[in-house]
Amino acid sequence: MTITANLSARLESLLGSERVLSSESDSRIYAIEDCIPAAVVKPANAQEVAEVVRFAAAENLALVCCGSRSKLNMGLPPRRYDVAVDLTALTEIVHYDPEDLTLSVDAGLPLASLADVLAARGQFLPLSVPFFKTSTVGGSVASGIDSMLRLQYGASRDFLIGAEFVDGKGQLCKSGGRVVKNVTGYDIHKLLIGSLGTLAAITRLNFRTFPLPETSAGHLAGFSTPETALAFRKSVLASGLPFSGVQLFDPGFAELLSGKLREGNRPAAELLDPPRWFVYAFFSGHGAVVRRLRDESNDLASKAGAALSEILDQPSNEFFTEALREAFAWLQPSAPNVAIFRLAQQHFTPADVAQLQQAPPASPLKTPLLLNASGICLLALLSAGGTQNDRESLERRVREVFSFANANASGTTLPHAPAWLKSRLDVWGSTPPGFPLMQRVKSAFDPQNIFSPGRFVGGL
Amino acid sequence: MNPALIRDLISLLGPANVLSQTADLMLYEFDGSVEKGRPEVVVFPRTTEEVSRIMQLANQFQVPVVGRGAGTGLSGGALARGGGIMVVFARMTRILELDLENCRAVVQPGVVNLDITRAVEHAGLYFAPDPSSQKSATIGGNVAENSGGPHTLACGLTTNHVTALELVLPNGEIVRVGNPLGDSAGYDLCGLFVGSEGTLALVTEITVKLTRKAELVKTLLAIFDTVGDASRTVAEITARGITPAACEMLDGWTLAVIEDYLNAGFPRDSAAVLLMEVEGLREAAEAQAAAVADVCRANRAREVRTARDDRERDSLWKGRKNAFGAMGRLAPSNYVLDGVIPRSKLPEALERIHEIGTKAGFRIGNIFHAGDGNLHPIILFDPRNSREFANAVAAAEEIIRMCVSLGGSLTGEHGVGMEKNELMPLLFTDADFDLMRRLHDAFNPDSSLNPGKIFPISKGCGEIRVGKSRRPLGSPA
Repeated sequence: MTITANLSARLESLLGSERVLSSESDSRIYAIEDCIPAAVVKPANAQEVAEVVRFAAAENLALVCCGSRSKLNMGLPPRRYDVAVDLTALTEIVHYDPEDLTLSVDAGLPLASLADVLAARGQFLPLSVPFFKTSTVGGSVASGIDSMLRLQYGASRDFLIGAEFVDGKGQLCKSGGRVVKNVTGYDIHKLLIGSLGTLAAITRLNFRTFPLPETSAGHLAGFSTPETALAFRKSVLASGLPFSGVQLFDPGFAELLSGKLREGNRPAAELLDPPRWFVYAFFSGHGAVVRRLRDESNDLASKAGAALSEILDQPSNEFFTEALREAFAWLQPSAPNVAIFRLAQQHFTPADVAQLQQAPPASPLKTPLLLNASGICLLALLSAGGTQNDRESLERRVREVFSFANANASGTTLPHAPAWLKSRLDVWGSTPPGFPLMQRVKSAFDPQNIFSPGRFVGGL
Repeated sequence: MNPALIRDLISLLGPANVLSQTADLMLYEFDGSVEKGRPEVVVFPRTTEEVSRIMQLANQFQVPVVGRGAGTGLSGGALARGGGIMVVFARMTRILELDLENCRAVVQPGVVNLDITRAVEHAGLYFAPDPSSQKSATIGGNVAENSGGPHTLACGLTTNHVTALELVLPNGEIVRVGNPLGDSAGYDLCGLFVGSEGTLALVTEITVKLTRKAELVKTLLAIFDTVGDASRTVAEITARGITPAACEMLDGWTLAVIEDYLNAGFPRDSAAVLLMEVEGLREAAEAQAAAVADVCRANRAREVRTARDDRERDSLWKGRKNAFGAMGRLAPSNYVLDGVIPRSKLPEALERIHEIGTKAGFRIGNIFHAGDGNLHPIILFDPRNSREFANAVAAAEEIIRMCVSLGGSLTGEHGVGMEKNELMPLLFTDADFDLMRRLHDAFNPDSSLNPGKIFPISKGCGEIRVGKSRRPLGSPA
């Protein structure tokens, strides 16, 4: 490591002392597992970010950019970590043209603050992601974390229209623009989505915004077997009806969700009792559209022989979707050792689900599962025990899931796992197609490998 | 061209798949733009392996390569600016796989855009990107240019509908990126390659998303007595959060031209019409149609018609999609521009276009995607008159500069190509170019693939082997 004793002092002379946090307790807040940065900077604007990057390039220092730090543990710990670049001082809404439904916003702005500004004009950004109340816009995009509304509004690649960022040479660059349709130059901003800060320091993002729907509701269907629940999910998706999202979950997940809901919405929680296989379809729009979708969901559920078919009105639906949106966040502390898989595949058959949830005999593992409409499945392995044996059994199971997933050719990663487990296997799973091209992209952006070295796929 | 290279190409592909006579090559020196660039040899591979071998031969003989679909592009993207080999994908036209349940199709690059829809419409599906050229444009070209169309407003551009690609890199290597779901780990390489205008790789196989047809589509035609009323209507529809699937504007002069040609059912005596489509669930489409009609009337629409059936709908769209063809009857050539502005600036932009046209002595027609602010001014000119040609190019440039000055962009769907590469500095700084160039060089270090495109040559970002362009027809070479 190239940590020099006077690093903080030099950063202070670069940015001013109020922009540098140098106490050990400050640094610990930015730790990624046991990697603790030597210094933390909080630049005031993109020019200062660029200065920090140029300094790092000259000194061969490794930087990790972050927002609210809610997802710092995603991916692998960095191979080197000298300076944490906290971007939460970049909070300006640079342009918001409600009449054009376009927005240009600094990366450090919290999603929730942005949502308030947009809601005042009857609009919103369909980034409905876990850690919503604390996450920054930049972190939500850089982490590539899944949005609940992908079925209806697409992923961020579908509504991110431009970006400004500092590349690995410390140059402030941009791509795209502030108009909703644009093919000028390479779509570089798409590369930044989900890149986990390994390509550039994102300073500003441009989006198209959407009108807030008039109203919303949801439909909960309960089934006694995974077969019937999966068949129902399929019929819901094949109906072509404009659902905002469709989430299937198993009895184990239902039990945890019920616990979450009990804090705020007891009637909704009670619908999940007794735990079974559930499919939750939610929808929004014009009043007549929502009424129609309520009726259609009920019809589909009765045709499928659902054991339970309940409509949740707008307030209950909001509780329910919020609890589902946050699943990735609240699953993490739900047991002493938790590994959460993200599997992406087009088909999930009952046999797949059975295989994924298979727990070793007499093991303390729980395996709650949440499958969304876009083929993204969160599978958590919760291990209640803390013995060496329990750890070994969790690790074995994680390896089995990876090998099953690889056989299915699905893109499977482990976005959350305990540090000890991450040091023993690759959380990114198998090498994705086109990996050598990704290496070229990385060196084009960041020739000296100063951005989050080693955190990403294949050690990028 | 080196005869040894021609010989090698013939032995690889067979004589029927290699053209090297001047008379043949001349057919490939144009596309839909006003640019020119003649290849030295044109080849028609049938397989990915052949494409790879062609690329290797090109490297061996140090000649550039450009890919081409149907040649309907509007920015010179598929022209051989540096001479060399043109790889035409006209023999790679198979639909390789249809997965209707998961709404995916795997196709070769030479498949015509509309043929994808034809192959799946029996299942209530279609391929959403719908450039006006969709009856002849190929999916490979759509991927290269990230094509859009009227329904981009609701459905997005080609990039939003591509989940995986097979590519041949400039070194001849065959690689795959993405996966059928459109969710593979790592960087979004599909997002980079789609719209890279053939400057990073040749695309040999494409996995596309198929979209389910809406339950109800309502097509409305609103007729206005002033262009200002029509453009204010568009701005207000957007501002009120109404989201039509398409919102096209045609000005009065253009309408009359189309009517003379097609009898599409457009009024001849109006100043502008808006052709709009709302779609979705019956309840949603009906409510949106009513809201759209209200806004039109509030902005003094003379009449708002709704297509009664598919036949009427098709007829209105036929008028729109053949508009550029209709224009072709009025002048020997036309220049279709492509610029983008923030939608709220539409009234101002149309006035400025009119002024620029008047000053330059052109009548400029406007047929465009008003809903997303994507302008297509069309300048009619005679390419044999070099002064007129120069004036048309100058007026075009002024219009594009105006778009940028209003907070817009150089191109919404046609691409930069060799039409606008010199205008790129209006939007991008040296630092931006430096990064774009590094990305370019990471894949195409010798500029052996599609040289002279996207990057401004005058800024020192240019490449060798760039031939002449923007030459009026008939002028001395």
